This record gives sequence, C-alpha cells and structure tokens, in this order.
Amino acid sequence: MDFDLSIEQEMIRKEVRKFAKKEIAPIAAELDENEEFSSSITRKMGEIGLFGMIVSEAYGGQGLDYLSYIIAVEEIARVDGSQAATIAAGNSLGIGPLYYFGNDAQKKRYLPKLCSGEALWGFGLTEPTAGSDAGGSKTTAVLEGNEWILNGSKIFITNAACDLSLGVTVQAITGTRPNGKPEYTCFLVEHGTPGFKAVPMHRKLMWRASSTAELYFDNVRIPKENILGNKGDGFHQMLQTLDGGRLSIAAMGLGGAQGAYEAGLKYAKERQQFGQPISKFQAIAFKLADCAMEIECARNLLYKACWLRDRKRPFEKEAAMAKLYCSEVMGRVTDHAVQIHGGYGLMKEYDVERFYRDQKLLEIGEGTSEVQRIVISRYIGC
Amino acid sequence: MDVLVLLKQVPSTESIIEIAGDGVSIKTDDLKWVINPYDELAVEEALRLREAHGGTVTILTVGREKAAEAIRTALAMGADKGVLVSDPVLEGCDPLCTAKVLAAAAKEIPFDLIIAGQRAVDDDAYMVGSAVAEALGIPSITMVIKEEISENRIQCQKTIDGGVAVVEAPLPALITTQRGLNEPRYASLPGIMKAKKKPLDSKTLADLGLDPQTFTAFKMKIVALNPPPERKGGQVVEGETAQEKARELVRILHEEAKVF
Ligand SMILES: Cc1cc2nc3c(=O)[nH]c(=O)nc-3n(C[C@H](O)[C@H](O)[C@H](O)COP(=O)(O)OP(=O)(O)OC[C@H]3O[C@@H](n4cnc5c(N)ncnc54)[C@H](O)[C@@H]3O)c2cc1C
Repeated sequence: MDFDLSIEQEMIRKEVRKFAKKEIAPIAAELDENEEFSSSITRKMGEIGLFGMIVSEAYGGQGLDYLSYIIAVEEIARVDGSQAATIAAGNSLGIGPLYYFGNDAQKKRYLPKLCSGEALWGFGLTEPTAGSDAGGSKTTAVLEGNEWILNGSKIFITNAACDLSLGVTVQAITGTRPNGKPEYTCFLVEHGTPGFKAVPMHRKLMWRASSTAELYFDNVRIPKENILGNKGDGFHQMLQTLDGGRLSIAAMGLGGAQGAYEAGLKYAKERQQFGQPISKFQAIAFKLADCAMEIECARNLLYKACWLRDRKRPFEKEAAMAKLYCSEVMGRVTDHAVQIHGGYGLMKEYDVERFYRDQKLLEIGEGTSEVQRIVISRYIGC
Repeated sequence: MDVLVLLKQVPSTESIIEIAGDGVSIKTDDLKWVINPYDELAVEEALRLREAHGGTVTILTVGREKAAEAIRTALAMGADKGVLVSDPVLEGCDPLCTAKVLAAAAKEIPFDLIIAGQRAVDDDAYMVGSAVAEALGIPSITMVIKEEISENRIQCQKTIDGGVAVVEAPLPALITTQRGLNEPRYASLPGIMKAKKKPLDSKTLADLGLDPQTFTAFKMKIVALNPPPERKGGQVVEGETAQEKARELVRILHEEAKVF
C-alpha cells in the first residue's frame, strides 16, 4: 500500500490552498451575506485551472487524474462551500456529460469556454415532481423535422442562471421503452434560445454565493444535432454523471469538515474560561479528537474511491459510501465546531456559522443520504 | 533575454518555529516549506521579462534535496529549467559561502540578468544577492520596485530611506526584489503538470569544480537559539476625557516606564 500522494498532487493541494486563502477567504462571508454569485472569482478560479480538470488538453482541459480534481475541490471547500459548489458542479455536472457523451463538434464548441472558466454549464435533472425519483419527470422532447421541441421545467439547477451561464444539459422524455417505462434522452440547450427561461432562486439557507436556477421550457426549438449521445441514452448518462459527481460532493464534505475542525481547534486553544484554554477541558478535547478521527476516515474512504476510479475499476459503491460518509462527517464536525465556539459560533463573524449552514445541502443534493443508503444496500445484496 | 533567478526554500512565515531539543536548531518535522516570498517576486519578474522580450528563465538554488519542491513550484509558475546545488558540506555554511557556490553555478548558465530576493525570510542576512554580483564582477541594484530594460541597460526604481532612487546599470547585472515590484502569479494546475517534464539538474560542489575542503572554513557554529522574549500585555490608559488620558499617559511614561 502507498499512502503518499504524487509530487504533483501535493503541489496542487498547496497551490489551491494558497489561492483559496488569499482570494476566496477574504470575500466568502460577504458574498454569502449578500447572496451574490461572483463572476470575477469564478474567472480567477478558471485562470488557475480549476475547470475542466479531468478533461484532456485537446479540449482545453487540464488533463488531471480524478484524485487531483478531488483534492482541489477539497481545498476550496475547506474555505468556502459556495465556491466549491461552483467548481464541483462545473466540473462534474456541467463539463462531465459533455466530455463523456458529447460528439467531437459539441466538445469543440463548448468545452474550451467551459474549461477556462469563462462560461458555465448546468445539469438539468431535478423537476418539481421528480427529485429522488427521476421517474416522476414530465419534461418532454418531440422531434419535428430538423428540430426537437422541449416543454417542461427543471428546479434547483446549479450554475444555470448567472451571467456566465452558457447553457444546460436537459433530460427529457422522448418516448416509451418496451417495458412501459419512459425513455429519456439528454439535450443541449443554449441560453438565449427562444422559449427557454432561467430564473435565479434566492433566499437559500446554504451555498448562497452559488447560482441556483429554475428553468422553464416553453416550446423551445433546438437543432436536431443538439442531442447528447443517442436517443434513449439519457437515463444511463445521468446515472453515470451522478456516480462521479458523488465524489465531488464527498470532497466538499471532507474539505468543509477540515475547515470547520481547524477553526474549532484554533478557537478552543485561544478561548479561556475558568482560567484555562477550553481545549484543556476533556469535554472539548474529546469532541476535537472525534473530529480528527472521522476526518481521517473520511479522507481515506474518499481517496480510495478516487483511486479505484483512476484505475478504471468499479468505484460506484465506494462513491456512494464516500458521499454519504463525508457529508455526514461534516455534519457532526460543524455541529461540534459551533458548539465549541459557544454563542460566537452562532454569529456571522465566525466562519463556522456558514459552514454549519452549507453542510446541510450535502446530505440532500445529488442523491439524498437516504438514497445513498438505498444504493449501498443494493450493492451489498439486500 | 535570459534571466537567472536565485531562489531559496524557507519555512512558511505562518509556521510556528520551535527550538529543537539540542538547543541549536529548530524543529523541522511539522514545518511547511515555501519559496522565499522575495524570491517569488523574482520569479514573477523574470517571467514577465520573458513574456516581453523572449528568452529563458532558469531557477538556481543552493539547498537540501527537499528544496527541489520549491524549484518545481517555480517551474509550475512558468520557469523553463532548474538547477539545484546540494552538498552535505554546505550544511550550515554562511551567506558568503552560499554566494560563492551560486556564483560558480551561475557561470555555467547563460544570463543577461540575475534576479534575487533582497533577503531570505528565514535568516534575514540581506547578503547573498550583492555577494553573488561581487563574485561575478557585475553591478547590483538592490530593493527594486520597478525595472525597465532597453538596449542592454536596466533602469530601476529602488526604495531608500524616505524615498525612491532611480539607478541605472549596464547588463549583465543583478537586481534584488522589494515588495511592490509585482504580484506573483499562482502556479496553475496545468502549469504543475507541465513542470513534471521540465529539466531540473542536480549538482554537487565537485560538479561545479569547487573543492569541498575550502568550504568547511565557512561553517557557522550556532552556539544557542533563544525565542524572543514574550510580549507583555498592553495597558489601557484610564481617564474620562482625552486631556485626562494624556495626563495619565505622561505620568505613566515618566514614573512607571521612566522614559524621561
Ligand atoms: C442548492 C441545490 C443545488 C442543486 N443542484 C442541482 C443540479 O445542478 N441539477 C439537478 O438536477 N438537481 C440539483 N439539485 C436537486 C437535488 O439533487 C434534489 O434536491 C435531490 O435529489 C432531492 O430531491 P427532492 O429535493 O425533490 O427531495 P425528495 O426526493 O422529494 O425527497 C424528500 C425526502 O424523502 C426521502 N426519500 C425520497 N425517496 C425515498 C425513498 N425511496 N426511500 C427513502 N426516503 C426517500 C428523501 O431522502 C428526502 O429525505 C440541487 C438542489 C439544491 C438544494
């Protein structure tokens, strides 16, 4: 066994950490407070190569392995959940399906812009009536001559309603399969297409500086060639995208847990009560010991899942486990971190307040914790 | 325009420095190592010169093998090649000795300009840059906040006490950096991957034709290390009005601190 990262992976961690500390940390609280998506920080993240990390250089990507990508997300999340969301969704959900399932022309058209951080792409799966159960979706696409006509709506779509949004991948029903279930196909819809409306969703508890959108499709006509892969591939494409996406959500849990733990440890050493630092009280020290242990376990599980993926071995079970475990670890760690901060932990002056809020989404997005447990239980043969 | 950058790896300024059990060295286990911040300015300036005039940027380091990490980071920022001079004899040598080795190594690398940090933030000697220029017999301009190159001359603005001086020198020359010169770029992720394939030569004193024996005389012997005295807490001057506070402050300075 070899637990050492490569020289390059270590350097990526170091540089992304430096970037996050210098560029993101000073503005994170303010963007959160104002519920503001920042194009300028997104572009800066693009400049250092945080988009298209797993895409080959031929399409403007960075040509990294999956573990390097996950380390980068972890380091951004250590400082801020919202910016990590822009990165994780940008890479796994926006760029991922285009890169894996798009044809050469589609990749050439979109990927260079998306990999540089000049533009963002959304992933439209969830609908008001279809969350955990994708079978409840109602959005349809009908071929008429040389055009597909889309009707329906999507909800909670990340990166899809900001000034950098270039388009979205939309899953729609295109017929009925032999077994009577709906047939799904994915389409590429550019912003500005008549009938397509993207409306920003506000008043979120968490990820307040990340762009979330409701999408409306009212007789949206797109060229026939805007289909992603083949007709009927949609469901499979979405599942495969989510398998990889789970690793990036896990990375957000791991990084967020690390950031909250470090803040808790620092505060515990500084805060004096009863004449000594509160870290000297066993009740506080044990909380921090638990955090350190759980973070260590979370990192090992997540990195192993990435290791499997990088070696092209089955990783889906481990990805579901990592997503579930890392997000729940961040839940326990942020809870401890706020508790250690006492009343100050409930105030916006302290970052743990934001981490505490940002964590909750990780147990809901890209498959709830309940759904992850369903996935894992299937893999172990229940 | 070939630029040579002298670069040192130092403990990160955020590291907590603790004295080791032997009382004459520091604990290095948990230290984070970085490029000396003033050398980072040097790398950035060199890259900008290459972008403007073409040429190459070479990184030259004297240090332990671990210092290769710092060179790799500079390569990831965009430098073309690196040279690391590493030799057990050099452990604990003084700044002049480091300068001699750097100068010897520099003679084997073509350059029009050498850029060095004004000082390394670990032992703050402020000597190496100028000493290298002296050993090479080229002019040096220290504490540079702006430079301009035209027709084989370099014109610099350098900070001096209470102002800025404009100084000119013919090339080849050596300059040292001052804060304000530029804002160093980050090593990008693709830059990190590209750095993997860039040449990084390792050299010993023998490779440079230097006799290790002559360097033993330059060894510094650290007798003892002591942490700086702990800062005492501040004191709040009491008083209802500004006048009262001022009077109280004068009294404290006079009677308690005995400043006058
Ligand atoms: C900020 C944000 C960003 C998002 N980004 C995207 C995006 O980019 N693209 C996208 O397509 N979607 C996105 N989503 C949507 C997200 O994936 C869904 O919210 C999630 O899949 C859950 O769906 P739901 O909200 O409809 O909850 P529901 O599916 O209605 O679930 C409600 C509760 O019921 C439980 N439940 C449901 N089914 C079962 C079952 N079979 N057994 C046990 N329990 C069950 C769930 O676990 C949950 O606790 C985003 C959501 C948010 C909040």
